Order: sequence, then C-alpha cells, then structure tokens
Amino acid sequence: MPASSEPPLRLVDTGADTSADPADAGDAVADVEPLVDEFLRVDAWGRSEPARALARALYDPVYRYWLRAEWEGLEHVPLDGGALLVANHGGAIPSDAPVVMHGIETELLRPVYGLAENLFRALPVIGTLWSRAGGVPAHPDNAYRLLHDDHQLVLVFPEGTKATGKLLRDRYQLRRFGRGGFVEIAMRAGVPVVPLAIVGNEEAMPILWKSARLAKLMGLPYFPITANQFVFGPVLGYVVPLPAKFRIRVLPPVTFDVEPGQARYNRGVVMEEAERIRARIQAEVDDMLRSRRSVWRG
Amino acid sequence: VRILVTGLGTFWGSRIAQQLEQRSDVELVVGVDTREPRLPLRRTEFVKADASYGILQRMVRATQVDTVLHTHLEADSTRASSRRLHEVNVIGTMNLLAAAAADGSSVRKVVLKTSTLVYGSNFDDPYFFRETTRRTHPATTPVERSLLEVDALVDDFAEDNPDVTVTSLRFANVLGDDVSTVFSRMLRMPVVPEVFGFDPRLQFVHDDDVTRALEHATVTEAPGTFNVAGPGTITWGEACRLVGRRRLAMPPLLTGTAAVPMRLLRIVDIPPEVLSLLRYGRGVDTDAFVAAGFEYGSTSLATVEAFARARRLERVVGAPPAYEYEHDVEDFFRNSHAVVRPEA
Repeated sequence: MPASSEPPLRLVDTGADTSADPADAGDAVADVEPLVDEFLRVDAWGRSEPARALARALYDPVYRYWLRAEWEGLEHVPLDGGALLVANHGGAIPSDAPVVMHGIETELLRPVYGLAENLFRALPVIGTLWSRAGGVPAHPDNAYRLLHDDHQLVLVFPEGTKATGKLLRDRYQLRRFGRGGFVEIAMRAGVPVVPLAIVGNEEAMPILWKSARLAKLMGLPYFPITANQFVFGPVLGYVVPLPAKFRIRVLPPVTFDVEPGQARYNRGVVMEEAERIRARIQAEVDDMLRSRRSVWRG
Repeated sequence: VRILVTGLGTFWGSRIAQQLEQRSDVELVVGVDTREPRLPLRRTEFVKADASYGILQRMVRATQVDTVLHTHLEADSTRASSRRLHEVNVIGTMNLLAAAAADGSSVRKVVLKTSTLVYGSNFDDPYFFRETTRRTHPATTPVERSLLEVDALVDDFAEDNPDVTVTSLRFANVLGDDVSTVFSRMLRMPVVPEVFGFDPRLQFVHDDDVTRALEHATVTEAPGTFNVAGPGTITWGEACRLVGRRRLAMPPLLTGTAAVPMRLLRIVDIPPEVLSLLRYGRGVDTDAFVAAGFEYGSTSLATVEAFARARRLERVVGAPPAYEYEHDVEDFFRNSHAVVRPEA
C-alpha cells in the first residue's frame, strides 16, 4: 500500500554504523553495492532515505551557520497527525522551503513533505535529485493523500511563483494566496492549517531585475538577475544564498468548522479563510520586520 | 452464468477463459476472436469473427449470454497501427455495447479490460491517480486517444442501461512469465533503455492478478471503474537491478528520435506513451478495487521479483515452447467420447 508510515528519520551521522561492522571491512565490493542499491530504493513518494540523510548532512551547516535559522512557537507544529504548513515565500531560488523542512525534520524529527513547482520534475537529473531529496509535485491529490491517508506534515507556499518572482523593492508584500485551494484541501482532509511567518527569505536571494522576454523564451515563470550574482558570479549566484538571518514564527493552528470529506466547499468561505490566513501572516511578517535591526544579524 | 469472452485469441482472453471454465457456477463460456486461442481450452466454444465484431449481436442473441467479458482492448501500440487500434478498440467496443444494449438483450453484466494509459504520464501528474482524477494534459498518442474514446462509450452505455452492471478495470503495466509487453521486452534486453537523468516510479501488475481481477469482476457485483496495479511503486532503476540488467541512457532531448533507429533495427520498439513513462512514471491508487473485495497476490515489487526469478530459470533451461492451436487436437479433447471428463 502507498507510503504508509515513513521509516524513522536517520539523522546526519549515518557513517558510524556502517564502518563499525568488522565483517564488511575486508570486502570492498560488497561494501559499495548495497549503498548504491539503497539509493535506488525509494518510498512511494519517490523519496530516498539515504539521499535525504546525505542532503540533510550537507545542508545542516548552511542552516546552522550561514542562514542561522531561529524558530519561535515551534510548539504549534503538531507532533502527530496531518497538518498543512502554510508560509510566505520569497527569493529568486527560495531558501525558505529547505529551511522549514530541515528545521522541522531536525528539531521535531518529523518529515515534512514540501509541495513545489512541478517544473523541476521535467528537468533531467535535477528533477530526480529533487524528488529523492523529498520534493513532491504540487497537485491537490498529492496534498490530500499525504494529509488524510498518510497523516503527514505538508508544506505549501500558496503565493507560488508570484512571490518568488518579486523584485527587491516589493519584498515582504504578500501576494494573492492562489485560489484558496490549500484551505479546501485542509477542509477536505480534516486537518489544521499551521501558518508560518518567515523573515530573511527575501534578502537571501533578491531579484534586482528580470526579463519577461527571456523567461518566455525559456518557458520559465521568471528569469531573474539576482544580487547574489554580483557576489558569487553568474552561475553560483543562482545557487548560493546571501547570509540573511532567517526567523520563522509558527502561529497557532487554524481549524475549520466544516464537515471533512466533501467534494466541494463553499467558495466564499474558502476565499475568506484563505484571505484571513494571508492577512495574519502579513501582520506577523510586518511585526517581525519592525523588531529586526539588521538584515544580516537579525 | 453464461459468459461471452472477446479477444479469446489474446493471451488474456485465453487465460481468463481457462480460469472461468474450471468454475462449476459457470455454465457456458463462448469466445470470439480473429485469431485462434493461445492456450488449450477444455469446454470453451470458439467462434472466429472479424476485428470489429460485426457478428456479435447475432451471437449474443443466439447464446443468450448474461455476462460479456471484453478483454480485446489493445493497449500495446507496438502490436497495431493507429488505424487498427481505432478499429479494435473503438469500433469493436461500439459493436459489443450495441449488441449488449439491443432490444431483449440477455446481457446483465459487462466487464472491460482497459489500461492506466488513460491517465497519461506527465511532469505535473499526481503521484497516485484515483479513478476520478482527470489527466493533466490531453492525450497525444493514438492508443491513449482510442482508450479514452472507449471510456466515453462505456460511460454512455452505463448511463443508458442502468440495469446492466458495468465494470471497467484499468490495468497498470503487466509483467509475467509468459506474457510479452513492452516492459517485459525491455527487461529481457542485455542492456535496458532508460532516459538520461530520470528514474521514474512505476507500477507493475502480476499476470496472475490480472486474471484474478477479471474473474473477480466477472463473478461479483462491482459496478464502476477500478485501477488494478500491484500495490506500492518501484523505480525503473530498481526494477532493472532486480532483473540483473545494466541500463543504457537515451538522450533526454529528442528521445523519440533516438527510439526510431532502435525500432527500425528491430532492437526494441518503445512507443511514445512508454517513453513518457520512462521519464515521469505513473502511480495509481489501488484502494477502490480492494474495497470492492479484491485481494492482490503480488505488490509491484514482488511482481518484478517474480519476473526476475523466471528470467533466471529461462536463462538456464530456455523458454517454454509456445502453444499452437490445432483444430483436430482441440476437437478431440473437447468432443471425443474417449476423453474422460470430470463433470460427466
């Protein structure tokens, strides 16, 4: 049956248990083969635990020492059962998704399924790595299945590429929350929405200029020139974030007073709830910006 | 029950007929096809017909069957031109449903064997298609288009004939000891093709589960459309590893062009719908058919493992000889007084 419960997370130091076994030490071939095999074996969501452990190990220093992510109200993230995490989005290649996923996975030892732009899946190698590391295409069926059938944490950014394609001067001005689809999914699955307000994501990779023509030519949602490119060069400037201080504030969960499992919900109620959540996140972001003294030191 | 099986000459038609004729509650099995049956049958009657089944209305009236089992839908586009796909799938189904819906028809149940190809395979697909999930992009290949047309015909039929139970089974890629599919042919190659940079999630269904699913739908009441796929998913890389094959990457751009010389040189024919599967894969939700009382014998992983075991045996002792239908011999076993029959 699909993705029942995920195997317990293995955190960063997986090297110790494999090298400790003296029986394997002599046979170099047998040592390598199972490792390769393990990477091929993935769960029903296309995620590979060894690949995720490796990605966590590589990302941990970035999370801890470069972006220095700090959490508030982490107790609002439920320790079991499905919940939909909803956050504001920002940065040309946004760092907020990996920061939230890595943070919750290491602090609460709960896997987070980040729903992301499907475009990645169409790219060779990158698409495969992306899904091995934990990316799941943003389709309502996927969200519902993860929340309702598998009781998992799902992370969505309802603004989508409208938010990540913003110019620097528009930072922290939240865009429309889609068509409120995330509220409808949470209602149908009968799970709470946990809003997250994030600060730091916009300055980690700000867009100075973008070309609509090049974007159209390449079939991309936007084609940015980032501030990072002036620091790290034209290619790395799309990969390496600037060391902006990340703060994430978790707001109390929002529950809906409706019957779960319905095919459709009242559009007006859905839009109203979506707008209310958006406004709350905007207010928290504004509040966090008011108390922020420095982009880099927080 | 009196059963009419279409496509008796296909592997599945023969297999399900063999299965059904062993049941004591099955009174009669009649099969139609353009070709001879592929397996020895004990009491199934075989009638030769043209591909579009113009003869069906007369047959249904003459035999008074109450159940029609439509196994003659072609989902393997390497076996038929797009014209023939249309003829077999769309026109064949149309004639079949017309026969079943005729005035005074005795038909009370129609079971179809169709394919999860109707969902397509694309980058923005959900990971598990439910029976009600719509495909994300319009169909572009002839086989997908013809199967979607069949779906529409079946929906209309079910709406117009509320007293007839209509069950449509959508099967995932089949792997089995003696059935040849695009995937089994690829996995038999010395190096298995893949698309560079992609390792899709796939599902396979064991050939025994295919026959059991068809039998389940035939003998129980399960109206509606159901996905049938081995529970769980398996990546193409993992499947190749289990079968013990190395992979050879095809270019991610112009993959279709790269497949042409492979077809012309008769190395392997990979149709476009399978090329997109090798890129994005497909998963379907299997809960609905389980809720309808079906129990799977094999997961997707177990199906590939069973296939790998059969390949290892085959490499040592060779493939078993194919069955040849011979009229005289079949006639002897079916009608001669010399044959001792258990029921008699």
